[in-house]
Amino acid sequence: MSTQGIYLRRRIVNVTALLLGGCATVLGLLFLVWILWVTISNGIGALHLSLFTKITAYADEGGLSNAIVGSLIMDLMALLICAPIGVMAGTYLAEYGRNSKLGALIRFLNDILLSAPSIVMGLFVYVIIVLPISNMTHGHISFSGFAGSVALALIGLPVIVRTTDEMLQLVPGTLREAALSLGVPQWKLTVQVLVRAAASGIITGVLLALARLAGETAPLLFTAFGNNFMTVHPLDKMASLPVAIYQYTNDPSPALHSIAWAGALLITLFVLALSLLTRLLFSRKKVSYE
Amino acid sequence: MQTPPAEQTKARNVDERSVADARHDRFFHGVLKFSALLVLATLLGAALSTLWGGREVLFGQGLHFLTSNAWNPVEDDYGAVAPVFGTLVTSLIALVLAVPVSFGIALFITEIAPAWMRGPVSAAIELLAGIPSIIFGMWGLFVFVPFMSRIEPALSATLGKLPLVGKLFQGPPLGLGLLTAGIVLAVMILPFISSVMREVFQTVPTRLKESSYALGSSTWEVVWDIVLPYTRSAVIGGIFLGLGRALGETMAVTFVLGNSYNITSSLLMPGTSISSSIANEFNEAVGTHRSALIALGFVLFLVTFVVLLIARLMLRQLVKREGK
Repeated sequence: MSTQGIYLRRRIVNVTALLLGGCATVLGLLFLVWILWVTISNGIGALHLSLFTKITAYADEGGLSNAIVGSLIMDLMALLICAPIGVMAGTYLAEYGRNSKLGALIRFLNDILLSAPSIVMGLFVYVIIVLPISNMTHGHISFSGFAGSVALALIGLPVIVRTTDEMLQLVPGTLREAALSLGVPQWKLTVQVLVRAAASGIITGVLLALARLAGETAPLLFTAFGNNFMTVHPLDKMASLPVAIYQYTNDPSPALHSIAWAGALLITLFVLALSLLTRLLFSRKKVSYE
Repeated sequence: MQTPPAEQTKARNVDERSVADARHDRFFHGVLKFSALLVLATLLGAALSTLWGGREVLFGQGLHFLTSNAWNPVEDDYGAVAPVFGTLVTSLIALVLAVPVSFGIALFITEIAPAWMRGPVSAAIELLAGIPSIIFGMWGLFVFVPFMSRIEPALSATLGKLPLVGKLFQGPPLGLGLLTAGIVLAVMILPFISSVMREVFQTVPTRLKESSYALGSSTWEVVWDIVLPYTRSAVIGGIFLGLGRALGETMAVTFVLGNSYNITSSLLMPGTSISSSIANEFNEAVGTHRSALIALGFVLFLVTFVVLLIARLMLRQLVKREGK
């Protein structure tokens, strides 16, 4: 082949590849816009005040108030469980386990937990909490909002561990040395200097965990189960927005579908607003969450 | 007698304080270590509890469960083959579709797009990762399934006529099925794979790329011959990470898979997957049926664990080379 020919072929290959790269990006963005558009256009039409005032027991004439309250309670309880444990575990990894074998192992397995299937976490909580409680109380208490929160906490935990670990590692070593040279004990150094220095990053992690667990459905199906009535008791079966959406989507009634879309819009707005907020507030510090 | 008593007490106070500090430090260390060990306990607990919950089927039927494709709650006869088949096939379709697209997106963001465009585009793609999976499921069922049932006749008429692969695309245009589930999964895992690729592409030393440009390489040649070989292990790690996500995904596939225990050669036929079987049947299941579903959960956990383990090991190799 002539030099000219080779050159031409290389240019064609190059331009084709770059064009395909552009097309792939457009395709990805197209799906994003498509999904968001469908959610917004179907959801906005169904947004009524009754969504927030009526419970799901009224079916197509009802709302989602018990599901919204249930979700808020379980998400909050999940955060109360996983935030302290996650921050402490992350602190251990960054401050004590940075170069130890145990630290490396936990960090590695935490990364695996980060993308472990959430439905298995639901089964896990079912076996260790729902079943034993049900056996102990002879079936009076089985599925519960508490069990749901524990399942959600397991989803949020690895996110918080990872963020806390990485954020504390970003705190300069000179800060540690300065405090230690003043005779400050390790725990005081950690609590009063390091965690404070990394506070904004740690809070980012907690918010990201919330964004992650708020949209989860699978782990709630057989832990919190769902409930058509309003309840705030943590040992009752508890409704949640994702599970209500799941049930309504499975139902043939179009009226329930439109309520499901309204719920979907609420969750999507909540989750996307959270992740945008964390991105805007703390864009200086970059951590990846794959 | 020279020393004033005040300083003696001070010295004693200092001693006491360092003893107390040491005690507090040990306590603090212990509490933190306990929390960190809880992470290990979670992973171990998830494996052991599903093994325990599924013991009746896993140990009682063992090989039969893993090799049979029966799923008959009436006669309590269960086999994992059909759900495992569905999980693998949908995940494989998702990978085949998502990997090239993710690569294209990473290529666009790192090499083609002007600087002002990079941030917003990668943020938008990552937004896709933030959308809850139940939303993917709803979109899949109400919008994408009707869309697919319109284009499936065309697929059968064109791809269905091909030799070898033709069989995959022949079937009734239901809209529901393995192919649809695979595509929805592909859209879901695309942001994960592309963000790993983008990040590792950015770690390639500028020196290397500039040397190649200086020798007259085109952008594509730099990416194909320099960037990809340099980041190969991490790129494979990213792909496995996406695979791990696809295998365990529940809500996005449950609605669009059709929930039927079939093993077919056609991708247009409905099927089931491990996670969608569990989600669909768990709350109505009792006894052996429930045990079989938990056993499926154990199989799923084991498979994803191995896939994610490979992913993390591959991803770590690049970091090692960087000397971090």
